[in-house]
Amino acid sequence: MSERLTRPTSLWEYANPRRFMALSGFLLPWVAIGTAATLLIGLVWGFFFTPDDYRQGSTVKIIYVHVPSAMIAINCWLMMLITSLVWLIRRHHVSALAAKAAAPIGATMTVIALLTGAIWGQPMWGTWWAWDPRLTSFLILFLFYLGYMALWAAVENPDTAAELTSVLCIVGSVFAVLSRYALVFWNQGLHQGASLSLDKEENVSDVFYWPLLLCIAGFVGFFILLILIRTRTEVRARRLQALIARERMA
Amino acid sequence: MMPDLGKYAADVLAAYAVSLGLIAVLLIVSLRQSRKTRTALRQVEESRQAKASAQQGSATGNG
Repeated sequence: MSERLTRPTSLWEYANPRRFMALSGFLLPWVAIGTAATLLIGLVWGFFFTPDDYRQGSTVKIIYVHVPSAMIAINCWLMMLITSLVWLIRRHHVSALAAKAAAPIGATMTVIALLTGAIWGQPMWGTWWAWDPRLTSFLILFLFYLGYMALWAAVENPDTAAELTSVLCIVGSVFAVLSRYALVFWNQGLHQGASLSLDKEENVSDVFYWPLLLCIAGFVGFFILLILIRTRTEVRARRLQALIARERMA
Repeated sequence: MMPDLGKYAADVLAAYAVSLGLIAVLLIVSLRQSRKTRTALRQVEESRQAKASAQQGSATGNG
């Protein structure tokens, strides 16, 4: 790992494990500081300094954890799809390991979105759960996350595991898209439309909008931070396995 | 300092507790795994280096 690295001439060169470790090691502290600051300011602003909604009362404050976690839950799967495709097409190990590293983050974010949605739904809708298109597709997305992690754990050969999980990821992408657009496709169910939209008329009120935007930025930062930490762990674990195997053969 | 959450206080606090709790668990588990793997890799690399230098030393001694 101590060899001097030349300046990269292509984005693909960052798929080189040594180059990835060098870049991620440099980025980690900055991402950590940015994430901590953004998340702290966003959550404190949202929780302590925003008013109650005239219909939802103080439950509107749940938006600051529910919306960002739901966004990460969906987009994490899309990130896994892209890295899985990179693995299938270009065979870069770091991309397969990044997909593996992302799955527990996505699963946790899906659980947070489901639980905070249920906690909000009980007083607002009068029920913890409804077989609404968005809620149901989100639950299936969570099951896909579990299946994806189980498949990685079940297959011993890492390259075979990467291939099988990549195929599963492509299949599961249908539910990631459905989770996002269920309301548009079916136009029914209890769940309301998007809280954030490019159309200003559809957005939440400005007093909720800016702290929400900060919380989303904080969650995105947290996601990137965890991806870097966990992918570095996977790269090291892969090298460790290779060294142990080499010693056994010697 | 604590805002008045009214009749929904339990719901709001439960949502934040669940979210922050799960986020903390995820972060702690990730950091622990990272530290564990880094330590294990360093140990294996050090033992390989020690073996390699011992072999080199005995080869030089024999020569």
